[in-house]
Amino acid sequence: MVGALVLLSIVLITIYFREPAGGGLHGAQSVGAATLRPFEVGAERVARPFRDGYDWFSGLLHAKSQNASLRSQVAGLSQQVIQNQTAAEQNAELRRLLHYVGSRDFPRGYDYVATAIISRPPVEFQQQIGIAAGSTSGIRVNDPVVNADGLVGLVTQVGRDNAEVTLLTDPTLQVSAEDLNTKASGVVSQGEGRSTLILDRVSKSQTVNPHDLIITQGWKAGPLTSLYPRGIPIGVVTGASVNDVNLYWQVQLSPRVDFGSLQSVLVLVPKNRHR
Amino acid sequence: MRLAVEIAKVGVLVFVASILQVTLFSSVQILEGTPDVLLLTLMSIALLRGSIYGATAGFLAGLLVDTANLATLGVTSLLLTIAGYWIGRYGETTGRDRAHAPFVSVAVATIVVQFGALFLHYLLGDPVSARIVLLDALPPKIVLNLVLTLPVYALTRWVLSLGPKPEPVTEVRLLG
Repeated sequence: MVGALVLLSIVLITIYFREPAGGGLHGAQSVGAATLRPFEVGAERVARPFRDGYDWFSGLLHAKSQNASLRSQVAGLSQQVIQNQTAAEQNAELRRLLHYVGSRDFPRGYDYVATAIISRPPVEFQQQIGIAAGSTSGIRVNDPVVNADGLVGLVTQVGRDNAEVTLLTDPTLQVSAEDLNTKASGVVSQGEGRSTLILDRVSKSQTVNPHDLIITQGWKAGPLTSLYPRGIPIGVVTGASVNDVNLYWQVQLSPRVDFGSLQSVLVLVPKNRHR
Repeated sequence: MRLAVEIAKVGVLVFVASILQVTLFSSVQILEGTPDVLLLTLMSIALLRGSIYGATAGFLAGLLVDTANLATLGVTSLLLTIAGYWIGRYGETTGRDRAHAPFVSVAVATIVVQFGALFLHYLLGDPVSARIVLLDALPPKIVLNLVLTLPVYALTRWVLSLGPKPEPVTEVRLLG
């Protein structure tokens, strides 16, 4: 009897396994399943309140561990969102730098070292930032630093793999510059406000108009040359004043570069420099 | 008449247990384990009514489960037939009148059925994971089945005791 049942089971398995999906056993199984369906539905309905009760208690038991797990997930995802946003911003800035390097505005006779900002001034009166490239990348003291908007500053200290850049807003930095339209020349230095510049030493005989673009002058006198190549944008004229006592115009500039949101910069390295 | 009632009661028990297992208990997961109420019912029938009842009930229960689940016909039948027969034989011999017989047979049958299912599905080329079946699911399944053994056994015994009682012995016939 038992042997027959075992044999029958094996025969069922064999036939079911070998026959196509539309075979006799499959068909019989389909009919059987359809017949059992009402009983399953009935049992399901009867069991529903118990199942819901079980799910409720089970959910209650797991709520605490789920809460901790979800909190950890939220923290991880928040971190990821921040990283993604940072990466997107960095990507946009690097694209702008790349566009600038390929444009006609990029100074001739210079190579560039693209690098990220790795440190910022801890206090307001310091105007130095740290960059992630140094002497091994060919950077030397007094190399100009720019971004796609214009002049950022000057390299003032160089380490092996990092360097310090003094920003244009530092009082020690002075840049010879000129008005792109009127060719009025002067010296750009720190202004009265925290992120303002002035164009000084512009003689009264010269003309400066509001909204004029001020660029680096890039002069050359015998063996001496300016530290900055010609034509790098510095800022836009926001106002100018003069009186009888002063010999020069007092020209206020709004810098092109947003010094507060710098992420990446280009260090300009002369092509004819011997490493 | 009495035999027909007995068979009907076993049939109803197997049918109800199969339907409940397919619709309700198979979806209850506690610590990765699923209680097997059908196996417990089968164990109770086999211990209370013997190996032939056990094997036949196992075959029919397997057929019902495979039909309802649209699984390969015969696989569960084969496993439950062997399990039912073994439990029945155990109850008729070593486990006779032993209080621990239901627990021992449930633990052994759970392990045998789980290993057998893994082996058969592997033979049939189904995607199976021995780690999940044997390490993750088997230990909690044994514990759950052992916890449910006593109530299911008691319920089955009560159901099987319903109906006409055997007539009291009125005469003794000496053999030999």
